[in-house]
Amino acid sequence: MSNNMNGTNKGKRLSRRKFIVRGGLGSIGLLALGSCVFINPLRRSAYGISESLVLPYSGKGTEANLWFEFTTENTLIFHSPKVEMGQGIFTGYAQIIADELDIHIDQIIVQAAATNTGILDRFTTGGSLSIAQLYKPLREMAAMMRQMILNEAANKLNIGKNALILRNGMIEYTGGALSYAKALEGVKDWKLPKKFDLKSNSEFKHIGKPIARVDLEDKIVGAPIFGTDAEMENMLHATILRPEHIGSKMREVNYSEAEKMPGVVRVVEGDGWLGIVAETFSEALAARRKVNVSWDIPKIWTEKDLRAYLKVGEGKRMVTQKEGSALEKEDEACISMEFSSPIGAHAQMEPNGAVAKVENGKAIIIMSTQSIGATQKSVAKALGFKTKDVNVVAKYLGGGFGRRLDTSHAVEVALMAREVGRPIKYSFTRKEEFQNDMFRPPTHHIVKGKMAPNGRLSHLEHHYASGDVAINSLLMPPAMSKMLGTDVGAMRGANVMYGNIKNRRAVQWHKTLPFATSFWRSLGLLANTFAIESFIDEMALNHQIDPIQLRLDSLAEDETQTRIKKVIQLAAEKSQYQNELQGNRAMGFAASIDVGAPCAHVAEVSLINNVLKVEKVTCVFDCGLAVNPDQVKAQCEGSIIMGISAAMHEKMGIKDGRLYPINYGTYDMALMKHSPKEIDVHLIQGVDDPLPVGEPPLGPIAAAIGNAIRRLTGKRLTDLPMKLA
Amino acid sequence: MKISFKINKEERLVDVDGNTPLLWVIRDILHLKGTKFGCGKAACGACTIHVDGKAVRSCSMPIKMVAEKKITTIEGLSDGKLLHPVQEAWKKEVVPQCGYCQPGFIMATAAMLDKIPNPTDEDIDQNIINVCRCGTYYRMRKAIHLAASLMDKDEQ
Ligand code: FES
Ligand code: FES
Repeated sequence: MSNNMNGTNKGKRLSRRKFIVRGGLGSIGLLALGSCVFINPLRRSAYGISESLVLPYSGKGTEANLWFEFTTENTLIFHSPKVEMGQGIFTGYAQIIADELDIHIDQIIVQAAATNTGILDRFTTGGSLSIAQLYKPLREMAAMMRQMILNEAANKLNIGKNALILRNGMIEYTGGALSYAKALEGVKDWKLPKKFDLKSNSEFKHIGKPIARVDLEDKIVGAPIFGTDAEMENMLHATILRPEHIGSKMREVNYSEAEKMPGVVRVVEGDGWLGIVAETFSEALAARRKVNVSWDIPKIWTEKDLRAYLKVGEGKRMVTQKEGSALEKEDEACISMEFSSPIGAHAQMEPNGAVAKVENGKAIIIMSTQSIGATQKSVAKALGFKTKDVNVVAKYLGGGFGRRLDTSHAVEVALMAREVGRPIKYSFTRKEEFQNDMFRPPTHHIVKGKMAPNGRLSHLEHHYASGDVAINSLLMPPAMSKMLGTDVGAMRGANVMYGNIKNRRAVQWHKTLPFATSFWRSLGLLANTFAIESFIDEMALNHQIDPIQLRLDSLAEDETQTRIKKVIQLAAEKSQYQNELQGNRAMGFAASIDVGAPCAHVAEVSLINNVLKVEKVTCVFDCGLAVNPDQVKAQCEGSIIMGISAAMHEKMGIKDGRLYPINYGTYDMALMKHSPKEIDVHLIQGVDDPLPVGEPPLGPIAAAIGNAIRRLTGKRLTDLPMKLA
Repeated sequence: MKISFKINKEERLVDVDGNTPLLWVIRDILHLKGTKFGCGKAACGACTIHVDGKAVRSCSMPIKMVAEKKITTIEGLSDGKLLHPVQEAWKKEVVPQCGYCQPGFIMATAAMLDKIPNPTDEDIDQNIINVCRCGTYYRMRKAIHLAASLMDKDEQ
């Protein structure tokens, strides 16, 4: 294992232009790398990007985008450009800072940066990148701050730096101690150190330790930390009436009766929506029921229409992987199977919404969002304000999973607040959530392959159809989508990872659906892996080959392939994988690699009284350096349970031209009783730096379950959610 | 209409439409934000509180139904100094991820343990039917068993 943490990081030199300094007690900002780092590698390799690339962190380019602020109480506030939605990143950040700055973890407050701090993250919180991207910049930032504190203290005390020890936010010297805040007091002219030391991995006291989440206490006492908990003085409440039928538009609306309802303050006509503003939320909802609307419904969509519309062979074709030769059409030895996945809802527990105040040419928006910068811009544009006159304050998110990358409703609340002249809180109803989600698109797959006489796969082809994931999203401007020609989101996990299968193909068929589809935790990875890994399992069964051996034989020798092999081998070993049925239980195996992080799952499924249940999952995950192993495990557990939910329960359908169901319960999700009692996670550190963690473990779960069901019942279930007839 | 009740040991009087869901009185009139809105239709459990010691989904209970009753929300679950054993167990097992569903689960668990002090896995499956999208069920189950044993010790 190469480790560049030892030695070479000592006395690290950084370009001084990377840092800018801002006033106030101890405030200091780091200007991270240039702003174009995202685009270049993208252009270079559209194929590679979804496979392995951890994009370097990039902020806005001209403003500081990491901000440390010391308070007089000797507390460090880190204004995080990334938001906390359950991933545990605030804890990881605190650990990273604590190590490099020699400060106690309790002395650190991590909070989402409001846009008026000047901190902006252009690329949103998503893609599981928050720790992976900020790991280095944050360490450098903290280490540099430490050096500055040391320099200032040496000056103030008139003691040589070597005689000073930095520990727990204190500078210790013979005969006394000085707090960091005291050392920083009164410093007007910051001197940026030319050199500072990064700790070596062996010196870490916090990084790599399973410390408890920094937000733990708040979350078990019910502290008001979420977007929806925000209040403003003199605040009103709003609900919004939106179209229910796919593709429909409001034609005529009559709200005279609604206006007379108790508590109603104003009805606001928006572009395609109607806002009802009242003293209380209940009153707003009651008034909404009195609105008379007629709709333009160009077409009553059915599920059958959708299936016919979205399938392999239809839409925009793009080859995303091409190695060796394609299968011949007439090849009799070729086996072909079809798979599908349904529309998926995010169903995050905290409904979308926002609190907005628009006054004297300035706006404040408090909300739960994954896209702070984009929200600020769009609100400013809608109000005709300068961007800087809109302050977006992000709170803790009650789940994100990709749903809060689009928070266009912030514009709607802002417009209502301006029209009414009072602050307004708007919240989606659950029905609104289910009908106006940015859904996980349905997919259709055809996988074809051929076994060579030596018992190895010679060909594997994955043809996959998907609606928009990245295309048409605010993260993927049209120009970039055009340049790439492919939906990089739908492509996640679509290419065949097995380097030893000489002839590999992946072909994307893309169509934009008549309702919004977008990012759902792990994007295309779950369905793509379901198709490929189910197919490989079927090939192994058909040829009576051990499915683990078939996978290992299909992998090549390079570094990444070896890391995949290790994960597969360890999963087989830790689960004591059995290929044969064990009474009313069977095991299923599957593996995937996403953003450079390989993962393998073994699912143990039982069949009792015709009910399938996942009893145990063994998970082996190479996440690189686990900054907080306990939280990485929590992400694995969460991915597994969310994956079970998607694999065996969830499905959005279409009823009378509307997306359906519209509530929990009818939208069947995994509950306590469906969750495995045993989840055994093993982490491997295959590389020295942290890799994305929140999504890769979703990859193999559906396939692992399907492969177990195949052994239990003899049936190969090829459509998600998997149900026994 | 005027309705009085006890919430977290305090007497309160509100003057609202009697059909207003208890959830909105708790959140928007009494400003106790620990009780969450998830669905408004008794389908997710995010709004779970105790009325006279029983778990209730407050989004679907009209305020007029709780006149003269005793309500406990997450803010009043502990005695104000120490955490309630269920919270203590939750802390030990580091259960929350996003955290939004957690008060509802904690309240549902506390009410269950009152009825069934030593629940089996089956009891848990049948009684704890709230929704957690982050998928923290695995840790919750461990925390519920731990809470049961902590409370057992308290009794002794
Ligand atoms: S908000 Fe009450 S059950 Fe969902
Ligand atoms: S912790 Fe996020 S919904 Fe349960």
